[in-house]
Amino acid sequence: MRVLRELVRRPSALFGLIVVAIVLLAAIFAPWIAHFSPDDQLADGLSLEGAPLPPGGGHFFGTDTLGRDLFARVLFGARTSLIIGLVANGVAVAIGLLVGLLAGYLRGTAGNLLMRFTDLMMAFPALLLAIALAALLKPSLWIVAMVIALVNWVQVARIVYTETRGLVERDFILAERSLGAGNGRIIVFHILPHLMPTAIVWGTLGIATTVLLEATLSFLGIGVQPPQPSWGNIIFESQSYFQDAPWLVFIPGAIILATALSFNLIGDALRDILDPTQRGRL
Amino acid sequence: MAAFLARRLVQAALILLGVAAITFLLLYCLPADPAVLIAGRSATPQMVAAIRHELGLDQPLVMQFLHYVGNLLHGDLGRSYTQKTEVLPLILARLPATLVLMAAGIVVEVALGLTFGIIAAVRRGGFVDRAIMMLSFVGVSSPQFVVALLLLYVFAATLGWFPMSGFGTARHVVLPAVTLGVLGAGWYARMVRSAMIEVLRQDYVRTAHAKGLSGGRVVLGHALPNALLPIIAMVGIDIGQFMSGVVVVEAVYGWPGIGQLAWQAIQQVDVPIIMGVTLVSALAIVLGNLLADFVAPFVDPRIRSQ
Repeated sequence: MRVLRELVRRPSALFGLIVVAIVLLAAIFAPWIAHFSPDDQLADGLSLEGAPLPPGGGHFFGTDTLGRDLFARVLFGARTSLIIGLVANGVAVAIGLLVGLLAGYLRGTAGNLLMRFTDLMMAFPALLLAIALAALLKPSLWIVAMVIALVNWVQVARIVYTETRGLVERDFILAERSLGAGNGRIIVFHILPHLMPTAIVWGTLGIATTVLLEATLSFLGIGVQPPQPSWGNIIFESQSYFQDAPWLVFIPGAIILATALSFNLIGDALRDILDPTQRGRL
Repeated sequence: MAAFLARRLVQAALILLGVAAITFLLLYCLPADPAVLIAGRSATPQMVAAIRHELGLDQPLVMQFLHYVGNLLHGDLGRSYTQKTEVLPLILARLPATLVLMAAGIVVEVALGLTFGIIAAVRRGGFVDRAIMMLSFVGVSSPQFVVALLLLYVFAATLGWFPMSGFGTARHVVLPAVTLGVLGAGWYARMVRSAMIEVLRQDYVRTAHAKGLSGGRVVLGHALPNALLPIIAMVGIDIGQFMSGVVVVEAVYGWPGIGQLAWQAIQQVDVPIIMGVTLVSALAIVLGNLLADFVAPFVDPRIRSQ
């Protein structure tokens, strides 16, 4: 609660919270908000010349090149983006926590091996690795989520590793151990709680990265496959018409930007609140 | 010092071996069977088996991996499924265009990032600082393909200042380079800012002020060189960001580099090309990290004396 109160007091974080709340509500209530089905090619969805309709009139965001209601597609696209953002990033943070914690706690050969593997993953450009994976597997919502999780855990693992190494050296851990606490108890009750701020901050910042990566993969045609709408593939489907129907590209584009920006702003504010020593850092 | 650099060299070699192992596993252990992909849809099982034998896919995994690494060391990245040629020449032919784009992108990134980062650090906590930090957040939150399309819409389609796509003159480079640089500039500005804030706190900076140097001399002459070190150390991560960005930017602008090659390969599921570009990018990142290690002692005498 204290954290939430502090968040609301910062204008930028408040802006982020409001945008995220709107996107979240839009995703949950999409079927009730939208007047049209996202997949319906409406009879009056195209002009007499067969061009998509600009925003306004009966269609809030206009229609796309197949005569579908763009507002409905964006609403349902919010579901796709948020599901991937939460699932992919949740898995990434969980893997990162596990690897970083084990490597930092075990140290020795096992810890070294884990960290060398993490270094190895750092040598891959995230997008290209995701592209390679997505191209090899048949893309679907869950595959895309897993691909993103597989490339995004690395950063978290490195930070958790550094923090765990510092924690393990502290006296209270030694005290616990001398009282007879086992490894499992020390990790779960004494180290994990100290890592929670990091997990929360990266859990938030990571959603921004994930939403952007999903949009990029979908834009390249190897993310979520049409007709299932995602913000990225809405742009993918209409990119060649961006001069004649700019709303098809720039409305979803602005929404992707606003969403990623909001999660970044909230994450940054959370870092300030949860870890005062990091204030104003990268 | 020499021992440190030697150790880094060995580490880099090991990382490259690991990179090769991962791409190998991706290539050969995932559902997509290369023999089926090469043979095409109308192939008989016999044809697939023949191709599998020809590629050595019927051999034990370890043998296949050794063979694969051996080939890589000879510069053999395999053959493209669709273009029926070696992958390496395809990549090499397109590398110069990508290097031009990256160089221009880095100029944009460093120019914007340094300028804004320094200004933000000097005006720390003030309105200018907050505005710049907000702007940098917008930069890192922007989907690159939307920025690319927006720049095209405004500056090429509407104003007609720059060509829509293609390659050749300096005017062709501007929009792709700006697209590529803006995202990085956001990170850069934040990094420069935090490094500069750290340095500006130091006693020697106060001494420089006290002996009457102008603010500009202190910031640029005394503080900036020391702030550059952590930024140089980021060059490997930076190259990684760039290699990822290159795919999107080249796809949108029709820039004939390796990013476009990868993008075309994606459409045709031409896995060897995708893997080849990934490998070359990983090599670039590892070399970038090595470069940072080797340059650091020249920038910072403290490292040299260790």
